[in-house]
Amino acid sequence: MSTKTDTPRDPDTGAAAAADAGSDLGAAGSQLSTAPTEDVTFPSLGPLGWARWFWRQLTSMRVALLLLFLLSIGAIPGSLIPQTSIDPVKVDQFKVEHSTLGDIYDKLGMFHVYSSVWFSAIYLLLFISLIGCIVPRSWQFVGQLRGRPPGAPRRLTRLPAYTTWRTDADPDEVLAAAERMLKKRRFRAHRAGTAVAAEKGYLREVGNLVFHIALIVMLVAFAVGSLWKSEGGKLITEGDGFANSLTQYDDFKSGAFFDTDTMEPFGFTLNKFVATYERSGPQKGTPRVFRADVTYFSGADGKEHKTPIEVNTPLDIAGSKVYLLSHGYAPEVTVKDGRGKVVYKGAVPFLPQDPKNFTSTGVVKVPGAQTKDGKRNQLGFQGFFVPTFGGKGSGSMFSQFPALDYPVLTLTAYHGDLGVDSGLPQSVYQLQKKNLKQYKVKGAPLAKMMLPGETMKLPNGDGSIQFTGIKNWASFKITHQPGNGLALTGAVAALLGLAGSLFIQRRRVWIRAERVTENGIGITVVEMAGLGRSESARLPEELADLALALEPDAPLAPNAAPGTESDTPSQDPAEPTDSDGPADPSEGARA
Amino acid sequence: MNVAAAANETLAHNSNLLVYSAMAVYTLAFLAHMAEWVFGSRSKVGRTAAALTAQVKAPATVSVVAQKGGTAVLERPKVITKSAAGSREVPDGPGAAGGTEKGDLYGRIAVSLTVLAWALHVGGVITRALSVQRAPWGNMYEFSTTFAAVAVGFYLLLLTLKKNVRWIGLPLVTTVLLDLGLAVTVLYTASDQLVPALHSYWLWIHVSCAIISGAVLYLGAVATLLFLFRDRYEAKLADPTGDQPGAFATSVLERLPSAASLDKFAYRINATVFPLWTFTIIAGAIWAEAAWGRYWGWDPKEVWSFITWVAYAGYLHARATAGWKGRKAAWLGLIAFACYLFNYYGVNIFVTGLHSYAGV
Ligand code: HEM
Repeated sequence: MSTKTDTPRDPDTGAAAAADAGSDLGAAGSQLSTAPTEDVTFPSLGPLGWARWFWRQLTSMRVALLLLFLLSIGAIPGSLIPQTSIDPVKVDQFKVEHSTLGDIYDKLGMFHVYSSVWFSAIYLLLFISLIGCIVPRSWQFVGQLRGRPPGAPRRLTRLPAYTTWRTDADPDEVLAAAERMLKKRRFRAHRAGTAVAAEKGYLREVGNLVFHIALIVMLVAFAVGSLWKSEGGKLITEGDGFANSLTQYDDFKSGAFFDTDTMEPFGFTLNKFVATYERSGPQKGTPRVFRADVTYFSGADGKEHKTPIEVNTPLDIAGSKVYLLSHGYAPEVTVKDGRGKVVYKGAVPFLPQDPKNFTSTGVVKVPGAQTKDGKRNQLGFQGFFVPTFGGKGSGSMFSQFPALDYPVLTLTAYHGDLGVDSGLPQSVYQLQKKNLKQYKVKGAPLAKMMLPGETMKLPNGDGSIQFTGIKNWASFKITHQPGNGLALTGAVAALLGLAGSLFIQRRRVWIRAERVTENGIGITVVEMAGLGRSESARLPEELADLALALEPDAPLAPNAAPGTESDTPSQDPAEPTDSDGPADPSEGARA
Repeated sequence: MNVAAAANETLAHNSNLLVYSAMAVYTLAFLAHMAEWVFGSRSKVGRTAAALTAQVKAPATVSVVAQKGGTAVLERPKVITKSAAGSREVPDGPGAAGGTEKGDLYGRIAVSLTVLAWALHVGGVITRALSVQRAPWGNMYEFSTTFAAVAVGFYLLLLTLKKNVRWIGLPLVTTVLLDLGLAVTVLYTASDQLVPALHSYWLWIHVSCAIISGAVLYLGAVATLLFLFRDRYEAKLADPTGDQPGAFATSVLERLPSAASLDKFAYRINATVFPLWTFTIIAGAIWAEAAWGRYWGWDPKEVWSFITWVAYAGYLHARATAGWKGRKAAWLGLIAFACYLFNYYGVNIFVTGLHSYAGV
């Protein structure tokens, strides 16, 4: 150890792997990996020199490491700041609450981190670096496969694993046997001078290259997926249906290259939606089953099929998938106007305000209503629906349970101009009250809590609204996302490559056999040494196995006296060993 | 009307009892480990410093003859191993017991108690699973108890394989107690069924891999942390002119394995788990595709899994990059594990996303 005190205190050299040993060992340790060597020297001037230098830096391991680090740091804000792509409402809320910060964030792209310029820049640079790294490494690797393992270093004793013994066999025969033995164990072996050089574990490098290439495949798949995808939402009330065309979607977005003119013809009808909830215990109200029973068709004259759609089991149809997203209640109402004519009859989806117990709000718009003297009198109703009313005493219109145990609909009514004829699109879930007047009774706004079957009469004989029943609605996401298969292929290849890269050892073994003359007698000294890409406990084990395998062809010299350790000058003069076992000089050396 | 069977109250109750008993026994194991360290500190033998000096005499390049007396039978040959240039050649410390008999006795008692506690602990996890008739990984309480059980299980497995890992016993048992304490107080959720979004066999695959990855990575992180201490300690010893480690630090650190061994242990664990973690994310993506209609949507949980993954990739790269081996890589390894922890506690508690668990 004292010999090491002159090494700098920098502990980084502490875990130096065999790759560094390469510098000690000359060619023997070279190219045991295709990792690029570090090079931080500055370029000679001139644009070409700089360009080359820049490219070198970009494709170095050091910069790859830096970019990986930046990528993980860059991904953080998107998980802490609301993202437009995930929850636009929250983003707006954030902007209202923090106006200055909101502006700064907006400029930095913090509300869409994963499609922002700077995040894209990081990963694009990383992938350019990756390609710049992969291509030369692949070539280099092909070169290594064509070439041969480097010859034995002069002093095998300096390698991480080493063993030696003496034999009477002829060195040539030993080497021939060694080459055979190594080849049988799937080493690439060849003879060079008085030694056999062998190498194994090239699959490690293959795995590493496959892994990195697979990362590129996954990025491409991701890009394909986002450029050609389409995704839309549709809310459907029981009994209603959907057909796949742009106008049918409630909302729709698609990638830059998606062609909305050639959408696959398919569609489905929601027959029934089933939901059950935990009835007791601390998790009362937690959903247990969500199921949408649908009838679907695909193709121009497709036959109809029935199927359930559940949360984890989307409907796979004509290259698209239909996912069940959420559900709610749609109170059924019948509206009569002043003439006594039924001007509206149907189920109106109400949107849950409280996702747990489904206190919902909604509006009913009746543009075709008239007064009893035939004047235009558009009607609008607004109110709450609760599936389980807390009871008269509870005093509030909050639901107590998500299932339909005690459904109550509370509405107030407006009349005038709904604004639906203006041509401007408006939400079906909100009333535009600018030109509407609320009905009042004795100065107080008209409002009524209705049980199914009950009716609310409007003042002045303007008509009535009856709460006739309740239907479920379910909302679906319909997505078309190409590139999924490619992404999965990339992922599996990455995983296999990674396993190869991390679990396979690449190692070299050299076996030397030379005739020496000791005390006037000729004898063959066999030396074996191994070198791995990184320090491994298995390398010495393997070397021992190889030595055992070679032993029949290079039997220990029967009279091998203790003195055979002639090349171990540090040994104490050995005691004559006639005892039961070999002296174990390693023990002595270590003590 | 409820399809899912009501939770079996008795089993759930037994599960809680088992977990509490396990905690009691872990506490005893903790005390026994403390005794092991205390008695071990009185040992005057096996001082690393002494070992260091002895080591100096041994030239690193020795060759040995593999032979057996006069017979020509080659026994399993002795292979001389030599660390790569630049490494310190420091031998491993003698372990917490410091070579003392009394320390060793307490150490053995600690391990036996840990085995008993673990058996109770695993019983608790299994009865919990039986009480709800599903994988016991539906909420943070269940996740935490399973996590600790896997970590201890893996440690005991290494012990069974005769690996030199008893030094990790004290830190492990301490943190397992913390984890379980947190689980039964703050995170406790009565046993119940899962929301429909979690009804999938991917729950078994994805979540079990996530738990195993984290629990094993935790052992790697402990080793990495100890590596940083031990490495500093060895660096100080190697430079007699600089300042020397204090008495307490010496007493603790000299008994640990060498920095090189700790580093190697941590690397093996991280490198072995990395593919599993990669698989966890892939499985999660497949599940997300089935449940939400996209395999990747930058949900906070996904983001942090990704960050954790990239951080571990960075760690592996660092080890292959000159100038980043050793301490710098170790720091990266710790940061990577911190990302895993944040993904679990931080994202579940502070960030809302699609990955919500029933009652935290
Ligand atoms: C997309 C980002 C990248 C990721 C996630 C990644 C991941 C990994 C992982 C996990 C390993 C460990 C496998 C092993 O130790 O054998 C590895 C090894 C390696 N990576 Fe990357 N890598 C990325 C980009 C790059 C780039 C840009 C380069 C080139 C500059 C590169 C060069 C290497 C090399 C040479 C190795 C082998 C190191 C060795 O032989 O031990 N990687 N990479």
